[in-house]
Amino acid sequence: MIDIGLGHYLSLGAIIFFLGVMGIFLNRKNVIVILMSIELILLAVNINLISFSIFSGDIVGQIFTMLILTVAAAEAAIGLAIIVIYYRNKGSIRVEDIHGMKG
Amino acid sequence: MEYTIIFLPLIGAIVGYLGKSLTKFFSEFITSVFVSLSAILSIIVFWEGIQSNSYGNYKIFEWVSSGNFVANWSINVDPLSSVMLVVVTFVSALVHIYSIGYMSHDPHKPRFMSYLSLFTFSMLALVVSDNFLQLFFGWEGVGLCSYLLIGFWYKKETANNAAIKAFIVNRVGDFGLAIGIFLIFFYFGSINFKEVFQLAPQFLEKKFLFFGFETSLITLICLFLFIGAMGKSAQFLLHTWLPDAMEGPTPVSALIHAATMVTAGVFLVVRCSPLFEYSQTALNIVTIVGMITAIFAASVALVQNDIKKIVAYSTCSQLGYMFFAAGVGAYHVAMFHLFTHAFFKALLFLGSGSVIHAFKNEQDIRNMGGVRKKIPYTYIFMLIGTLALTGFPFLSGFYSKDAIIEFAYLSNSILGNYAYVIGIFTAFLTSIYSWRLFFKTFHGPYNNKKIPINETHESPVVMLIPLFLLAIGAVLAGYIFKETLIGHNSNEFWQSSIFFLNETNHGYIPSWFLLITPSLVVIAIPLSFYYFVSNTKVLESLKNTNLPLYNFLLNKWYIDELYESIFVIPAKKIGSFFWKKGDIGTIDRFGPDGISKLVKIISNKAGRFQTGFIYDYAFVMLIGLSILLTYLILN
Repeated sequence: MIDIGLGHYLSLGAIIFFLGVMGIFLNRKNVIVILMSIELILLAVNINLISFSIFSGDIVGQIFTMLILTVAAAEAAIGLAIIVIYYRNKGSIRVEDIHGMKG
Repeated sequence: MEYTIIFLPLIGAIVGYLGKSLTKFFSEFITSVFVSLSAILSIIVFWEGIQSNSYGNYKIFEWVSSGNFVANWSINVDPLSSVMLVVVTFVSALVHIYSIGYMSHDPHKPRFMSYLSLFTFSMLALVVSDNFLQLFFGWEGVGLCSYLLIGFWYKKETANNAAIKAFIVNRVGDFGLAIGIFLIFFYFGSINFKEVFQLAPQFLEKKFLFFGFETSLITLICLFLFIGAMGKSAQFLLHTWLPDAMEGPTPVSALIHAATMVTAGVFLVVRCSPLFEYSQTALNIVTIVGMITAIFAASVALVQNDIKKIVAYSTCSQLGYMFFAAGVGAYHVAMFHLFTHAFFKALLFLGSGSVIHAFKNEQDIRNMGGVRKKIPYTYIFMLIGTLALTGFPFLSGFYSKDAIIEFAYLSNSILGNYAYVIGIFTAFLTSIYSWRLFFKTFHGPYNNKKIPINETHESPVVMLIPLFLLAIGAVLAGYIFKETLIGHNSNEFWQSSIFFLNETNHGYIPSWFLLITPSLVVIAIPLSFYYFVSNTKVLESLKNTNLPLYNFLLNKWYIDELYESIFVIPAKKIGSFFWKKGDIGTIDRFGPDGISKLVKIISNKAGRFQTGFIYDYAFVMLIGLSILLTYLILN
């Protein structure tokens, strides 16, 4: 039986963060996936915060996590709203089609 | 009154142009009335000058005052300028009236009338100036108006070219005039006529090193002034613009290129007589140039076919007469010829205009002939003009031209002898080409194929009245004014406005000498009638046997071609070299064009950075953040 310590939690957080970043970089299909990836990154951060909070016995980290979760929910709502509006205007939310800033 | 004379034409020009939309006739009415008023006042001034010696200098205001350089706007009325005032305003007023008829179909008539009035103002400013700067202002002003009026029909390319040619050739002359004025100010410290002329005797010994030649200062100044006069008065080598200037409307040719502007050069020489009198070299050159011009222009006029060009060359030739009169020291005779010439030459030009009008813009005398019964008034006026020009006894040209030849005879120098021989010969040539023009136009068979003879018509009254008045002038001006202007007591009239170093010689002239010119002139009439009307075959065969000579004359001694190859083509080449290689090839290539191209290339490269894909931006952000963090942590 392995003793699960701080390192494991941090590794999990790192893996999730890495997955989120890769989701942004490698995803060529859908903007919603990018939103989801951002959520993943935020969750990875939350895991880090909680593990450090328990590890150091300080409750502030967990309170902060609750705050981030709220903000993330709001962000997801706004993000989805933007995507809906964008789809209505442009008729596509494929990542390849979104390059209005191309020089 | 003097102010009114000068400024009425200016007011007419401005008001006439601005009020062109009031009524159709507003501008022609206002300009003609104002200039006519000014003409009447000028005649009064001239008359009062003779009667009661009421000359004076009226200062308008100080124009430039910098150190000892002072130039005023002023109206200087002296005998010389009063004669010019009469000539300018009188001819100008008649030309204004004539233009009402001649330009009646032109949509831009207000502009035309306004230019004419502006020209009159400039010319008046020139003749009444009391310093060189105001003279130069008027000089350039008339040049500008001449340019505008030659190019009046701006849709005609030849007219534009002629206008530019006139302007550029005049620039050569004006450059000389400007240098002359600079020299005068540099050495004399003043540009006021009176002061300069008073100082002149003190500078007789002054030498001046000019391109390695030591010349006397006075001679140099006179020569530069004379170059200016040559340009304006179309003397040999700078004459090429005058025949081309005939592209302008005929009233313009009459006013500017016959009666007034081209005589400005003669006026300048006479005005500067206190300088010229001290330089025999300059006077000799004036005489030589005048002689060459007189005979050159007369020879060319013999074979030209354009009615206006013949008269233009005739003007050139008569200006040559005036110059060699001035050159042999007979300034007052030069002025007298200028005075009479203004009448009969304006008459000839306006008469030609009337003929052109009758033939509906036909100018080639080979396409005319036999219309003396159709346009009888024009015929009579042209007859008077031709008689006066050739110097037929007791008409005005007779008195002035013969006086020139006599004074050349009396000057008792080798050059004077050449001058009178050439003068007599030129008078003979003048007679022949004038009668050729006259007979070919009015006599012989009708040669125009385009317009049937019934459609030629006499000009309206408004055009004939000026012709009538000028004809009176052409007949009587010589007889009436000869005693006053060139008689034994003419010094009483001219007073100090013309300076004679030596007393004018009114010596004895053998009577056979007096008879030569008039008899040649009279003989020329039947002679030309025979050769140009009755028996044209002789001349035809003469022309065919001497074809090179004929072509030489027809092509105006090939001077235009010479200038074309010496000046125009090299100038064009230099210009296009600097344009293509210098401007486009260097300045533009490395300057504006180069920099803008460089910016474009760089910005294109920079633009490639922006892919527009969000993951790329995210990637860059991440990498950047990582590098920044690494850097901060390692530190």
